[in-house]
Amino acid sequence: MAEATSTGKGVRTRPTSPHLQVWRWHVTMAASILTRATGIALYGGAVIAAVWFAALMVGPDAYGPVMILLGSWVGKVVMFGLTFSVFYHLAAGLRHLVWDAGAGFNPHTANMTAVGAIAFALVATIVVWALAIQTGAVR
Amino acid sequence: MSGDSQFRTALGRARGLGSAHHGVSAFIVERSTSVALVPLCLWAVYAAIKVAPLGYESAVLMLRQPVNAIMSLLLVGVSFLHMRVGLRVVIEDYVHTPAGKIAALMANSALCWLGWAVATFSILWVAFVGGPVH
Repeated sequence: MAEATSTGKGVRTRPTSPHLQVWRWHVTMAASILTRATGIALYGGAVIAAVWFAALMVGPDAYGPVMILLGSWVGKVVMFGLTFSVFYHLAAGLRHLVWDAGAGFNPHTANMTAVGAIAFALVATIVVWALAIQTGAVR
Repeated sequence: MSGDSQFRTALGRARGLGSAHHGVSAFIVERSTSVALVPLCLWAVYAAIKVAPLGYESAVLMLRQPVNAIMSLLLVGVSFLHMRVGLRVVIEDYVHTPAGKIAALMANSALCWLGWAVATFSILWVAFVGGPVH
């Protein structure tokens, strides 16, 4: 591919690593992609939190509609996704901190912690929503 | 120095110039904020369940409690800091045109600072003034 080997300035582009379509799907890859995806989702979650705080400042006329929106089925799906995102991103973050300390890199350990992070997030999300329904936070 | 030669690679031009001596700060900010966010996010989930069933007046009273106001301020401050550095990495990975990258990085910073300012002012308002703006 000529366009991949040269730029307009006559400088050769550096070789790029094989991308998604040539990699076999595996759990550490899924965990990595999920870390980024949940991070971006939580970015949206923080914006929702800022809107919620602002609505509380503005008054009942703003707070009411925000709570109705969050309590609608679309809102519930979003909040469920954000709950999963919080727990997954938290577990993935701890995994990264262990890596930063220089441990947990052998393939077997990395696979185990990837599965563990996903499993923890799923279980924690279900437990939190069960508690939320039980305490009347979700109706 | 013949740095503008079209035959030199980007690596060749950079080699020997040494590091910029400030690249590590983003790394440290991302890690230290992530450690702080572990307890803060767990508190956020707990507080969200507590506040969800409350009406407006009770929600205001809850945020007026010093512990809740302080935790909210920390949560918002540390979160937006973490988000700003985190999304910066994503932008640098995927946006390669200089104009697009600069625009995306500026939009990221602007949104994070705006979100932080709005949330922080709102929390302080509710905590000290307590209730609707007018």
